[in-house]
Amino acid sequence: MASLSCVLRSGRVTVRDALNQAMDEELERDERVFLLGEEVAQYDGAYKISRGLWKKYGDARIIDTPITEMGFTGIAVGAAMAGLRPICEFMTFNFSMQAIDQVINSAAKTNYMSAGRQSVPIVFRGPNGASAGVGAQHSQCFAAWYGHCPGLKVVSPWSAEDARGLLKAAIRDDNPVVFLENELMYGVPFEMSEESLSKDFTIPFGKAKVERQGTHVTLVTHSRYVSFCLDAAAVLAKEGVECEVVNLRSIRPLDVETIEASVMKTNHLVTVEGGWPQFGVGAEVCARVMEGMMGPHRPPH
Amino acid sequence: MKNMLTAISNALCRITGSNVGAQTVSEFLIGQSELVNLTSPAASALATTTKRQPPKPPPVNTKASEAELVTEQPTLLSDPGARAVVSSRAFADFTPKASFEIKKCDVHRLEEGPPGQAELTREQGLHYYRTMQTIRRMELKADQLYKQKIIRGFCHLYDGQEACAMGIEAAINPTDHVITAYRAHGYTYTRGVPVKQILAELTGRKGGIAKGKGGSMHMYAPNFYGGNGIVGAQVPLGAGIALACKYLGNNQVCVTLYGDGAANQGQIFEAYNMAALWKLPCIFICENNKYGMGTSVERSSASTDYYRRGDYIPGLRVDGMDVLSVREATKFAADHCRAGKGPILMELETYRYHGHSMSDPGVSYRTREEIQEVRSKSDPISMLKDRMLSNKMAAMEEFKEMDSEIRKEIEEAALFATSDPEPPLDALCDHIFHNDLPLEVRGTTPWSKLKSSS
Repeated sequence: MASLSCVLRSGRVTVRDALNQAMDEELERDERVFLLGEEVAQYDGAYKISRGLWKKYGDARIIDTPITEMGFTGIAVGAAMAGLRPICEFMTFNFSMQAIDQVINSAAKTNYMSAGRQSVPIVFRGPNGASAGVGAQHSQCFAAWYGHCPGLKVVSPWSAEDARGLLKAAIRDDNPVVFLENELMYGVPFEMSEESLSKDFTIPFGKAKVERQGTHVTLVTHSRYVSFCLDAAAVLAKEGVECEVVNLRSIRPLDVETIEASVMKTNHLVTVEGGWPQFGVGAEVCARVMEGMMGPHRPPH
Repeated sequence: MKNMLTAISNALCRITGSNVGAQTVSEFLIGQSELVNLTSPAASALATTTKRQPPKPPPVNTKASEAELVTEQPTLLSDPGARAVVSSRAFADFTPKASFEIKKCDVHRLEEGPPGQAELTREQGLHYYRTMQTIRRMELKADQLYKQKIIRGFCHLYDGQEACAMGIEAAINPTDHVITAYRAHGYTYTRGVPVKQILAELTGRKGGIAKGKGGSMHMYAPNFYGGNGIVGAQVPLGAGIALACKYLGNNQVCVTLYGDGAANQGQIFEAYNMAALWKLPCIFICENNKYGMGTSVERSSASTDYYRRGDYIPGLRVDGMDVLSVREATKFAADHCRAGKGPILMELETYRYHGHSMSDPGVSYRTREEIQEVRSKSDPISMLKDRMLSNKMAAMEEFKEMDSEIRKEIEEAALFATSDPEPPLDALCDHIFHNDLPLEVRGTTPWSKLKSSS
C-alpha cells in the first residue's frame, strides 16, 4: 500500500493516506462496511482518498454512484437501516445540501422517533469548507448546520492522527456521523505515533486536544485553521504572547470542559474557523463560555 | 337498497356536518344487525361508555365444535385475543378452495403479467377478512379518538385501501422488507404490531410501539421501516434496503411504497435509476388513491400512468381494491426480483374514504357521490365477503362473529390507549443515540440538564 511505504520512508503520513488506511482497515475488519459516492471506485476517488480500494474490494463494496445525491444518500441510509455500515462520500459537503433531508430527517432523527428500535450506523464524509478559489457555491462550511442537530455526531479532524482515529471511531459508531474533512489538508504530512498507527486506534468523540500550551490567550479552532492558529502562535511567541491552541476535533458533542479550563487559565478567547460568523461554531463556543462562566468564576475578557 | 342508503347517508351528512354519515352507512353494510351510531363528531362521551352491544354469537351445538372454537389461525399476528371460529355447521359443508377471476393487469415492458385467476382457500379468506376488517375498525376508532381530541397531531387514515396492505403481506415473507409513507397504520398492523400498540402510539402513551415518541407517522417493527413523514424520502431508503438484501445475498425483497402525490418526486426517479442500474430487488409500489392531499392526479401529473413512470423498469397496473389481484401481482413482482431481474413497479388503483388527514373533510375536492360509489361498488372487505359467501366458503355467522371479536379487540385496545400513561419526563431525551453511554442534554437553561439513555 502506498501509504504504508510512506510511513516507512519518512515516518510521516499525509491526511489523505491516513483516511485511506483507516477505511481500508475498517473494510477489512467488518464485511458490512462499504463505500459509495461519486468517483470513489474506478476513479480512485475525486481527491484520491479511496485510492486502491476498488481494486482490493471490488464492485460490491466500493460503489460508483450517478450524480444523484438525494437518491444515493437515501440509498445509503436505507442500507444502514437494513444492517449494513455504509460510508457515504460527498464529493464536497456543498453537494450534501441536495441530500440534507436524508441526513437529518431519515438518518439523524430515526433512532429517537423509533424509541431505539431503528438505528442508522452511517458515516457521511467528504471535504468541507473553503478550498482554493473554487467560488462561493463550492466553499461553504457545514459544521454549524450539522452541529445544530441532535441525533448527529459531527467531527472535524485536522491532523493525520485526527483523521485516522476519528474515522475509525466514526465507522465503528452505531449512529450517523458527519465527518468534515478539508481538501487543502489532504496533502499535508504529519508525524504519527506507534499507538496511532495501531489497527484499533480510535479517538473518542467530544474530546478536544490542546495542540499547544499557552498562558495568555486561548485560540479555539478546528480543521485547517488549527494550522493557521499554530502559525499565528509562533509569530506571537516572538513578541512574548503565549497562545493556547485548542483543536476541537469534535463539533457535536462540543468539549466545553476543555475550552472552559483553558479560558479560565488565560482569560482571553479567540475562535477561529472557516464558517460564517453569524450562528456559527465560534458563536456557539462564545455562548457556552458565557453561560459557563456565570457565577463565582472570574469573567473572561 | 342502494338509493335508501344514499339518502340516509346524505341526511346524516347534513345533520352532522361531516362525512360521518358515509362511514356510519358503511358500518351498516358491514354488520347489518348493528345499531347505527348517530352521535355527532363533537360528542364528549368516550367510546368506552357508549359501547355498542355486539350481536350474540351463534349457539354451539356439540362439545367437539366448542373445542375447535379456540384454534388459533397459524398466520395470525401476535394478539392473544384473536381466535378462529368454527361454525356449528360441519366442516365439510364449506368449499375449501375456490378459483376467482381477477382483472387482468395492464403491463409495461413485460411479455406477460400475473395470471387472470387466483385461488383462495377458506383459511386464507377468513384471514384476509379478519385482517382487513381489523384495519378498517382500527382506523375508524382512530377517527373517533381524534375527534375526541385524544389523538392529536397528524393522523392519515387508511380505510378503503386495506386490500393493498393485506394483498402485499399475503404475497411476501415475514423476512422480506416493507417501507411506506405516512399513511402507515395498515402496514404497521400487517407487519406484526398489535392494534393496542398502534392506538397507544397514536395517543402518545408509553405503551405505544415507539413509546409515544414517534406518533402516527413513525412506527417501526422488524423488517418494517415505517412510517415516513417526508413525501418521497422513503423511496431511496427502500432502494437502499434492497441494496442490503442483494449485498447480503439473502434472497429477500424490499417493497417500497409511495403515493400518487409522491410519484412526481425527483428522488424517486433517482432511486429508479440506481435500482435498475444495480438490479436491486426492489418492488416499487405506487398506491394511487387518485388524490395527493387535495390535488387530483389530473392536476398534478402530466402522465397519470404511474406504472409506466419507471420507463426502463417493467410495470403493472393492478386493481388495488381486490385483495386477490394485489396478492397475485405482488407474487409476480417478488418472483421477478428474486430471479435477479432487478426492480419492478406496480401501480395499485385504490381509494381512501377519509380525507387526506383528519383535518381534511375530504369533500372539497371530490364529491360525496364518488366516495359513496366506491364504497358500494368496490369496497375491498365487502367484495371478499361476497365472494366467499356466494361460493359457500364461509357462513354469514362466521363473519358476524369475527366482526364482534374485532370490535371487542379494538375497544380493548382503545381502552388501553386512553388509559396508559404518557411517557415520563425523564424519558424525554432517551434514544437520541443508539448503543451509547448516557449523556447529558441541555434543558431549557444551561444548568437544567436532562439525561439521554440509549
